[in-house]
Amino acid sequence: MKVKASYLPYLLILPAFAYLMFFVGYPLIQALYLAFTENGAFSLATVNRTISDPRFWDALKYTIGLAAVIVPTQVGLALVLALVMNRAFKGKDLALYALIIPLTISDVAAGLIWYAMLSPSGFLNKLFLNIGLINNPVYFFGYQFRHMEFLAIVLAELWRATAIVFVIILAGLQMISPEYLEAAEVFGADYWTKLRKIVIPLLKPSIQSALIIRTLFAMQVFGIVWILAGRDIPILAGEGFYQLTEIKDYGVASIYALTIAALSIVLGAMYIKFMKAEYLEVKE
Amino acid sequence: MNEKTKFMLKQIAFYTFVFTVVAWIVVPLIVVALYAFSSKLDYYDPSKIIPFHYTKQWVYTLLFTLRALDAIKNSIIVAVLTIIISFALGIPAGYAIAKFIFPAKDTIKLSIVALRMFPIPVMAIPLVVLYIRLNLIDTLLGVALAHTAMALPFVVLITSSIFAGVSTELEEAAMVFGLTRLGAFLRITLPLALPGLAAAAMFTFVMSWNEVFVASVLTLQHRTLPAQILSIMAGASGGAAPDYYKFAAAFIMMLPAMLFIFFARKYLITMWGITLK
Amino acid sequence: MVEVRLENLKKYFDKGRVKAVDGINLTIKDGEFLVLLGPSGCGKTTTLRMISGLEVPTAGKIWFEDRDVTYLPPKDRNISMVFQSYAVWPHMKVYDNIAFPLRIKKYPEEEIRKKVKWVAELLQIEELLDRYPAQLSGGQRQRVAVARAIVVEPDVLLMDEPLSNLDAKLRVMMRAEIKKLQAQLKVTTIYVTHDQVEAMTMGDRIAVMRQGKVLQVGPPVEVYSKPNSIFVATFIGAPEMNIMDVTVKETEKGIVLEGEGFEISLPQDLGELLRDYINKTVVFGIRPEHMTVEGISEFLHVKRKAKIKGVVDFVEALGTDTIIHARVGSKIIKVKIPGHVPVELKKEISIIIDLDNIHVFDKSTEKAII
Repeated sequence: MKVKASYLPYLLILPAFAYLMFFVGYPLIQALYLAFTENGAFSLATVNRTISDPRFWDALKYTIGLAAVIVPTQVGLALVLALVMNRAFKGKDLALYALIIPLTISDVAAGLIWYAMLSPSGFLNKLFLNIGLINNPVYFFGYQFRHMEFLAIVLAELWRATAIVFVIILAGLQMISPEYLEAAEVFGADYWTKLRKIVIPLLKPSIQSALIIRTLFAMQVFGIVWILAGRDIPILAGEGFYQLTEIKDYGVASIYALTIAALSIVLGAMYIKFMKAEYLEVKE
Repeated sequence: MNEKTKFMLKQIAFYTFVFTVVAWIVVPLIVVALYAFSSKLDYYDPSKIIPFHYTKQWVYTLLFTLRALDAIKNSIIVAVLTIIISFALGIPAGYAIAKFIFPAKDTIKLSIVALRMFPIPVMAIPLVVLYIRLNLIDTLLGVALAHTAMALPFVVLITSSIFAGVSTELEEAAMVFGLTRLGAFLRITLPLALPGLAAAAMFTFVMSWNEVFVASVLTLQHRTLPAQILSIMAGASGGAAPDYYKFAAAFIMMLPAMLFIFFARKYLITMWGITLK
Repeated sequence: MVEVRLENLKKYFDKGRVKAVDGINLTIKDGEFLVLLGPSGCGKTTTLRMISGLEVPTAGKIWFEDRDVTYLPPKDRNISMVFQSYAVWPHMKVYDNIAFPLRIKKYPEEEIRKKVKWVAELLQIEELLDRYPAQLSGGQRQRVAVARAIVVEPDVLLMDEPLSNLDAKLRVMMRAEIKKLQAQLKVTTIYVTHDQVEAMTMGDRIAVMRQGKVLQVGPPVEVYSKPNSIFVATFIGAPEMNIMDVTVKETEKGIVLEGEGFEISLPQDLGELLRDYINKTVVFGIRPEHMTVEGISEFLHVKRKAKIKGVVDFVEALGTDTIIHARVGSKIIKVKIPGHVPVELKKEISIIIDLDNIHVFDKSTEKAII
């Protein structure tokens, strides 16, 4: 009985673990093989082919650029939303319900939805035309309006994925004992002091995990960009997809994949290193 | 009086803010639902912000001519397969993490937490090579297997938290009264965990239903809905469809997700809280 | 240092459906240690939170001396509070936790250092200043919370069941320490607890609360010996006061209390107090420590006694005391005798009652008559 119990948990976990290991391990090895060999021998030909293509660097630039604009905005926005939604008020449940809807909407659908908002005959253009805010429709789509496409992607991503950050931060907020805030209030802290000295420091772990999750997902952004901008705005996953499905160059596609993996690992490690919450580390 | 006015103003500002935020989320959903059924003329009429004449034509064409109905069937098959496989693998693991204490548990849990963020494109691109060799390319099972890899870490984390919520003593009591561990699990813990597991299944369904990259890469003829839509709609592949098809597509895609929210709303925040920690 | 005055203070929740605090009038004198005592849900914590400013009263006034603070936010009241969960902020080291109230009040760092040092010495936590709360035990965290509360030298110190999360031994120790500290600092203190032993040992005065109302206020000894109602009588003291229905009868022996299976004839002065209740049912109360058993232990300084018969049903031997459960009629009466005494089960005994310590309550109003 004793012996049985000691290997039982491992036995229960093994299938899931082995499955995951295979689906992570095999692609990584395969990708490395595809990227760094030619005719069975080590070769940098594929690498050279990729990095000599300016689109690779554009894709890298745009992927990071999109993340740099979107992720901090989302965290700021989500923090404000979470602080607002953490109070009790009439209609809170309904508001909460509305806020988390985007969590269940796919990136492709979100792209299409924001196309409906922003297209030349879309809702916002018609609305602003009719109330006289603009005289001609604002064009968001097409290669010549690439900067506007970038903006459209940012808007759609803010709409779609802020909810994830919001849920994480709200969960973190709800974990903060109200007595911590009441204590600060009793000792004379006003709202902003409480926010700065108590709430934000205590939220650090939540903000950290939100940042990690959002940044890593931003590195693999695909559907929303593909729908709204196609290859006008090149991104790593999109270019990898293009190389794989159109050019059939598995080697180059693998390098795009490996770039995403490398970026994820580096960024994840950076966050963990620089955003340590010291008070959580100490234990007797 | 002064204090009271200040309070009132604060209240008004607060509700205005909440209202704006809710509108920001909800208005696009309403707009796309209306536009999906808008007549062509109304959509292109700049004076009609909201269409007045409606038609089912776009949705019908999309479903039948553009084969979205087949794609929906495929999506459902893939999602159900994903639920079956990922639950078969995930429930034992989740149970073990919730109910046993064993060496390396934290390491295993941590690596599962980390794996949930493994980039999908990194998995999908090299997988094509293997799938061609195994004749899994362009099969629904192939997509489901890949989706399982994507969903499994979430399933393990969610189920472990669900099982942790079911008191161990209930199960132990059943064992004291003569059930085996498996029997106790099947007759006590599982029924108690059922509502949570149902919500987790819906979560998995939505994950698979929404996934586009893997499905697009691994299939050609047997497209799931997002893959099919992407190949019709994406600006880059040249097949830019008329706008109203795009809205019809968005409408069809977001429907099950909304249903999911409706049925699982009780669990939503907690569940995302668990998976995102 | 201030006097705190509560004037007809009310707090209703849920649109008046729940009357958490229902009209309290109470004056806490300058430098006094007042204990709000009552069972959970009696409104004592809500009262404390209204005094702190964390809760806004539905009606009534709160005065600090002649300053109306009813609607002032906590920061403008110069109060301090020790919370039940301590609320020691986990992301700040102990030093920063204690320094927080001073920093808010913009003290210069030099003075902050001095004050923190002073209070850390007072509570013997100098070694802990550089640690995070996660590295402290419950008792140490408690000390930090107290240090943080007194470092600003508040006008009023509020404590919300501060000892309830400590283990029994620590609790007894901290009880004495907090009491000593308060006497030394002479700060007006309001202390909320449901533990009557804490209330008895710590308070200068006790206010017993039930269902949002204060039933009795007074020094511990007075509340113990002259409870004004059945609730106060039974809430204070352990084991609790024996309570039973009796009928007041006038006989040739004078006024007697006639209960099931016993009769107590009262001395004339006590009897006269019950003249209005002749042939009516009243509630008779006697504390276990105000009785003894004939042949086992004797009262030394008790002049007026009565005797009733009972049968030993059960004995709790606590070592320091022996509590005899005696069956009288269909009732069980508990008698507490100091020390360990051997008592046979099922044996018939004579219980001696100290007549100067009996209580009689009105059956319908539950108010004390004697």
